[in-house]
Amino acid sequence: MKQKKNRIALVGNPNAGKSSLFNQLTGLRQKTGNFPGVTVEKKSGTFRLTTPDQGAVQEVLLIDFPGIYSIYPKSADEQVVMNVLANPSHPDYPDAVIVVADASNLQRNLLLFTEIADLGLPTVLALNMLDIARSMNQEVNAVPLAMQLGVPVVKINARTGEGLAHLRQAVQQLLDHEKAALPYFFDPSETQAALIEEVKESYQLTNNYLALQYVCQHDSFAFLDQPRRARLDAFIDKHGFDQTDFLARETITRYERLKPIVEKAVKVDGFGAQPRWTQRLDRVLLHPVWGYLSFMLILLVIFQAVFAWAQYPMDWIDAGTASLIGWTKEALPAGVLNELLTDGLMAGIGGVIIFIPQIAFLFALVALLEESGYMARVMVIMDRMMRRLGLNGRSVVPLISGVACAVPAIMTTRSITNSYERLLTILVTPLMSCSARLPIYTILIALVVPEQTVLGVLNLQGLVLFALYFLGLAAALGSAWLLSFFIKRKETSYFMLEMPTYKLPRWSHVGITVYDSVRSFVVEAGRIIVAISIVLWVLASYGPGDRMEAAEESVRARMAQEAPDVQEAAVSSVRLEYSYAGHFGRFIEPAIRPLGYDWKIGIALISSFAAREVFVGTMATIYSIGGDASEDAMTVKERLRAERNPRTGGPMYTPAVSYSLLVFYVFAMMCMSTLAIVYRETRGWKWPLIQLVYMMALAYGAAFAVYQLMS
Amino acid sequence: MASRSVANLEKGERAVIKAFRDRAMSLKLLEMGCVPGTEVRLDAVAPFGDPICINIGGWYCLALRRDEAASIEVE
Repeated sequence: MKQKKNRIALVGNPNAGKSSLFNQLTGLRQKTGNFPGVTVEKKSGTFRLTTPDQGAVQEVLLIDFPGIYSIYPKSADEQVVMNVLANPSHPDYPDAVIVVADASNLQRNLLLFTEIADLGLPTVLALNMLDIARSMNQEVNAVPLAMQLGVPVVKINARTGEGLAHLRQAVQQLLDHEKAALPYFFDPSETQAALIEEVKESYQLTNNYLALQYVCQHDSFAFLDQPRRARLDAFIDKHGFDQTDFLARETITRYERLKPIVEKAVKVDGFGAQPRWTQRLDRVLLHPVWGYLSFMLILLVIFQAVFAWAQYPMDWIDAGTASLIGWTKEALPAGVLNELLTDGLMAGIGGVIIFIPQIAFLFALVALLEESGYMARVMVIMDRMMRRLGLNGRSVVPLISGVACAVPAIMTTRSITNSYERLLTILVTPLMSCSARLPIYTILIALVVPEQTVLGVLNLQGLVLFALYFLGLAAALGSAWLLSFFIKRKETSYFMLEMPTYKLPRWSHVGITVYDSVRSFVVEAGRIIVAISIVLWVLASYGPGDRMEAAEESVRARMAQEAPDVQEAAVSSVRLEYSYAGHFGRFIEPAIRPLGYDWKIGIALISSFAAREVFVGTMATIYSIGGDASEDAMTVKERLRAERNPRTGGPMYTPAVSYSLLVFYVFAMMCMSTLAIVYRETRGWKWPLIQLVYMMALAYGAAFAVYQLMS
Repeated sequence: MASRSVANLEKGERAVIKAFRDRAMSLKLLEMGCVPGTEVRLDAVAPFGDPICINIGGWYCLALRRDEAASIEVE
């Protein structure tokens, strides 16, 4: 019979090298999921412990927890740690804990270690970043540490994999031998004996420190029901327990007791300082002029990668899926199933995977910046401006990521600890012009902006494109500022950010991050996009009653002399007109006429409601380009240019209509995937609906103003 | 004379943490290693003077906002 694998928890401060160690131990044998009941990302993976004498190899499950500075949570994400560690019946409750500590900052890293050890969990301490400690003139000695702390201490290098064999052995020994409980490093009973005894008795606890956690954190313990929480509140009142005072004293006491231990273990030469190269780089990268210039330069490279370099693989994917769809269409017998498979399902999947190169490029670059330690500097130089708008320096990363795709960008907001600032960032990030808007921008700009150079070097079309991106950025920042007046702040805003030393990035780590984000995009967003495109295909392929068939008959009769492909094009155009989608288009026409749009644009608006990238494809279908797989922008553009406005007789796509459409798409919330991810991240429909309404109102208002002013 | 805070430090100046002015903020600061008795040094200042980066006890560099720094009294 297969035994349940032993669970090992990986805990540590942010920046202590926890994820590097996780990647080193598990390699690609890892999977990403959620902790049960919450949306906090859980990474877990298996690794092998060696038992040389028995020749048997034991596999254990390693669970990576969010980085924390102490077991007292400061954000929703951090609550998950104690929800697992304080609840022995939790499925992820560990048999042993590896605490990773940054040896160059030992005192602060050991604070968390002593808290975890006091919970009574079998613990091994992994000392990481000894090389950085050495460059700061610190010599760290593991033996006195192990003696004083009473746990195994292993020196490792999570970047190169040194010392991992020792770590595996130490974990193995923890699992094999029942150890006597260690004395408390800090015993809450020293000052609160009566309270702790009462809590231990009524909740059948044996550990004093765990009892204290029941007292302090019960409101966030999901495993305690309401009456059990209320009883704890009664205990607190009865004993007059002042939590803030007590916790301040606890932390101070821990540091006082750690001080002599650390002094014995670490030889420091002078007042430590960050390595010289870090200081030198900071002098440039935090400089009022050079700092912002370097940041702009890096942004420019990111844009270049996302738009120019990613274009090649995107073209290959586009051509690949188009020919695959064409081939499938030919190879399978014609019919509804064939069309559903090719035009519905395969086109939908193609619409998802086309964005993989951009997402991969973006996340590779963002991971590089984070790995190197530069991201913390960007947050520092941007915090002051962001704060004025109700955001946080940490909001910069989601906003930058938003130019590729809002879905992964919103996922990165998890690093914002303040729930108010996180919400605000989520609400405005979709206003950043994402890559799905690019095809719409390109085709409409080509239609109305003449190809000419201004000031000698600048391409006018490029300038308009840049202006649209700038408009999106300005709208995002402006909306944050406006929304900050309406949404109430519950907690005070913190910034406090550890500045890591600069490090050379680990390529394997970057690779794993990219692989992870691409996979989660394909799986999470992909499912929704594919589902919507199938629904859309049905709506555009079928109509009420037999009006669609009747219209098709009459077109075929009228165009019997024309060439077959012209006939087919006209047929697909008229079928769309009488489909459910066409009826919707006519239905909303009165509402969009003030923006200058007719029912055909209405269909495109509706169909792209789920995903804006559908717009160009729908336009192609409506203007009877038909299902030709090799359609290119030129032909769509020419068709649009030739389109006449039935009421004026002039061209349909006047500058007024085109600019109105452009502005509409800058602001409009036309993306089901974004709404779905916002629903998931905010745990409810309230915020995605508010977001939908405010962005649509903004889009409608701006498009209305543009059309009325220009026509 | 009003007591000085970390926010009043000059670049490169060292001081010793004495007390906190904000109870709620003090918990977070304590966890980050700002314990009374610890020596701190102002290492860097972001453009326009905020946030600031202080070195905590020779251990590491912490970036924090000026109003957060103002809640740490030093001598």
